[in-house]
Amino acid sequence: MEYKQTRQGYVDALIEMAEELPEMVVLDADVGKATLTLQFAKLFPERFFNCGIQEQNMLCVAAGMSLEGKIPFASTFGVFATCRAGDQLRNGIAYPKANVKVAVTHCGITVGGDGASHQSNEDIAITRSFPNMTILVPGDYEEAKLATKAAARMNGPVYLRLGRDKYPVISELHGSFIIGKSKLLYPGTDITIITTGIMVSEAIKARELLSEEGFSIRVVHMGTIKPIDEVAILKAAKETKGIVTIEEHSIVGGLGEAVAGIVAENHPCPVRRVGMRDIFGESGQAQELLDKFGMRAKNIIEEVKKIL
Amino acid sequence: MVIEGKKELSPANLEDLKNLCKQVRKQIINMVYQASSGHIGGSLGSTELIVTLYNHLMTHHPENPDWDKRDRFVLSKGHCTPVLYAVLANCGYFPKEDLSTFRRPGSHLQGHPYQPKTPGVEATTGSLGIGFSTILGMALTAKNRGQKHYYYVICGDGEIQEGQIWEGAMFANKYKLDNLIAFVDRNYLQTDGNSEDIMPLDPLAPKWESFGWKVYEINGHDIQEIVSTVISAKNSDRPVMIIANTIKGKGVSFMENAFGWHGAVPSKEDADKALKELENGI
Ligand SMILES: Cc1ncc(C[n+]2csc(CCOP(=O)(O)OP(=O)(O)O)c2C)c(N)n1
Ligand SMILES: [Mg+2]
Repeated sequence: MEYKQTRQGYVDALIEMAEELPEMVVLDADVGKATLTLQFAKLFPERFFNCGIQEQNMLCVAAGMSLEGKIPFASTFGVFATCRAGDQLRNGIAYPKANVKVAVTHCGITVGGDGASHQSNEDIAITRSFPNMTILVPGDYEEAKLATKAAARMNGPVYLRLGRDKYPVISELHGSFIIGKSKLLYPGTDITIITTGIMVSEAIKARELLSEEGFSIRVVHMGTIKPIDEVAILKAAKETKGIVTIEEHSIVGGLGEAVAGIVAENHPCPVRRVGMRDIFGESGQAQELLDKFGMRAKNIIEEVKKIL
Repeated sequence: MVIEGKKELSPANLEDLKNLCKQVRKQIINMVYQASSGHIGGSLGSTELIVTLYNHLMTHHPENPDWDKRDRFVLSKGHCTPVLYAVLANCGYFPKEDLSTFRRPGSHLQGHPYQPKTPGVEATTGSLGIGFSTILGMALTAKNRGQKHYYYVICGDGEIQEGQIWEGAMFANKYKLDNLIAFVDRNYLQTDGNSEDIMPLDPLAPKWESFGWKVYEINGHDIQEIVSTVISAKNSDRPVMIIANTIKGKGVSFMENAFGWHGAVPSKEDADKALKELENGI
């Protein structure tokens, strides 16, 4: 299997779009080496603004640029964009519908060695609660590229969530990316696994193992968390016996709760959530941490069997 | 029609601006009284600054608020919407009757400035610090495009206790934003009392100078001084901070220098008394 970084997909898309979108600019807060925006800066120095370690100022500067017709991509780590600069994200960008793309990396537990201070497992919960936000969580390098381009082409605030590690390339995600539309990766009639971001590979693995046992498992990938694809969720609620969600994020306020809320209001069925169980992460290798915090195919399978 | 910014201030201009200030102050009292909510003190204190900008110094186009050559103004101390809305209405950005809908459901006149809804409002503010950073992004974009218009912003003195302001101070210096003219409304008061008790700011001018800004200090109620300082500030090759010494609650004897009038709503008697004082002088 091939492994690639989602953050590289983001920056490759920026570079590919640069000629076509002359008003697009990129901002960073002294983590350009890690978000990879320095690769863009090298090619387009006059369109790159290193704001220093000033996440709050950076997000509002980006909003100001958008008011003058720029298409700013502001990058830092997820935890700093949503927690350090949460007010600026809410009051400076979401509320006035500023055309700013907050593209963050180092989300989820697979940040690894830096530990809990840098592992953003709350950012989906925070940004989901802000009206006007569009939230994109691509699953691999190629989908990150597609999502970045879709973000640039829509008018309005976008939160684009990316990781640090190399993640499996999933060919089922490639081709097109429509904001608000999920991807049906595999049909099935027993249980639906709904996934987002880089957990898609574990969802596919769980399906393979369950198929060997004779179960028919549907896999739906949510590249957009907001506006979420209610149609696909309700179809799953009606056509399968229950839903298991998996996300590289807290089960508080993330994909699982979004799905559970829609199902509970419209067509109740069992929903079980796999993710960080309301706990801070810790240092370790990305793969070790996915084991330790229970975000693997085997954890999905356990939850599926609890329903069946 | 484009309103052209002017350099000279004739005696007739000065008289007009003083009369406008009187009118705006009465509108402030009426708006807050009618809404039973809003911030009078800081609005009365910024009146000369904002009236002189919109009615004398700035080039702008009320019928075409998006005209790209306009000078921009951001009220970073966003709670002072009464003065901003009165000035915008008087300029013709929206009907003066709208002022009576201030802070009412369905109105475009939100408690704090909301750019998508209100013609003439350039940035959404209210959370202190946000307007200041926002105008930096606007000014930097215009500077890089070689555009010639100016960017004006007013911060409260309490507001500049925010760390975000000093992030912005560094940023403006880095990019040498010579198209930016900022004011700090130095009334020494904030919500809970005197700024020097709550979180001391003095000596203020050297702080901004050490951050690379060109600093002026003026009487923020002296229209002549506001005009001459802004004209001189336009020659700066650095961002400019004008420390405008003001009296919070200016023009109403019992509101002047009284922090309690930061966000208080006047009774009918207080409102009548205030309007009378504004008409006849204290
Ligand atoms: C980030 C933030 N914190 C707190 C407030 C609440 N608040 C509104 S006005 C104000 C005092 C502002 O004082 P100052 O900036 O000096 O304004 P002025 O005296 O001109 O009214 C405070 C604390 C706010 N609006 N934003
Ligand atoms: Mg003050």
